[in-house]
Amino acid sequence: MAVEETDAQLVSRCRDGDPAAWNEFVERFSRYVYAICGRGFRLAQQDAEDVFQEVFARAYERLPELRSDDAVRPWLAQLTRRLCIDKLRLLARDTPSDTEPDEREVDDLLASLDDAMTVRAALDKVGDPCREILDRFFCRDESYHTIGEALEIPAGTIASRISRCLEKVRGEFDGRSRGSRPS
Amino acid sequence: MNAYDEERIGRLLRLLPPAPEGWVRAAQELPAARAMLDELVARAEQDAAFRLQLLADLERAVAAAGYEPSPYVVSRLRQLIEAV
Repeated sequence: MAVEETDAQLVSRCRDGDPAAWNEFVERFSRYVYAICGRGFRLAQQDAEDVFQEVFARAYERLPELRSDDAVRPWLAQLTRRLCIDKLRLLARDTPSDTEPDEREVDDLLASLDDAMTVRAALDKVGDPCREILDRFFCRDESYHTIGEALEIPAGTIASRISRCLEKVRGEFDGRSRGSRPS
Repeated sequence: MNAYDEERIGRLLRLLPPAPEGWVRAAQELPAARAMLDELVARAEQDAAFRLQLLADLERAVAAAGYEPSPYVVSRLRQLIEAV
C-alpha cells in the first residue's frame, strides 16, 4: 500500500527545488484545475488549456510566497477561479453573452471537488491494481471490455473487481481495509 | 454506511477525469521553460539585433534559438521582451 505524501510536504519539496517534486505537483493537481475550468466554468478546450497553463505558470512563480503549505489546494482553486472569470470576461468582450456561472454553483462544485480529491488520495493509498481499475472505469469512462483488454483480465470479472475495489477505498475512510485483493 | 459509501465514491471519482496528457506535460516543463526564458531575455538585453529579431517574429526566433515555441513560452516572452 502506497504512503501518500501530504500537500504540504509536496509543496515543501517544490520550494526546496527537488526536480521531481514539480512533476508530482502538476500530476496531483492537474485533474483538480482541469475540473474547475471544465465543469465549473464550462470553458471550451482551447480556453481551458490557456487557463490551465496560466494557473500552473503562476503557481510555479508564486509557490515560494504561499503562506501556508497546507493551504495549497484552496489557493489553487481561487487562482483557477479568478483566471477562469478573467477568461470569460475577455471572451465576452468579443462575443457578449451571459456565460459566467452562478457563484454558489461554483462554490458547491469546489466543495465536491475537494471531496473528490480526498477520495483520490484514498485511492492512491489503496494503490494498484484498484487505482487503475477504478480510474479507468469512473474517471476515463472506459468500458469493461476496454479495461479487460488493457489490463489483460477477463472483462466478465471487471464488475466484481470494481465492487471490491470500491470497498477497499471505503475501508480507507473507516480506518481499515475491508476489501480483498481484486485479482 | 459512512460519509463515503461506494456510490458516492464512484460519483466523486467521475468528477476528476484526467487532463489531456499534453497539457500536463507542458505544465511539468515549466521550470525548463523558465530557465530558457531567462536565457533568451538575458540575450535580448545584451544583443539589440536579437531583441529586434524576437520582436519581429517571436515564434521563429524562439525556434531558431533551438527551443520549442509553446504558447506559454511565446506569450510570457512577449511580456518580458516588451519590458526590456
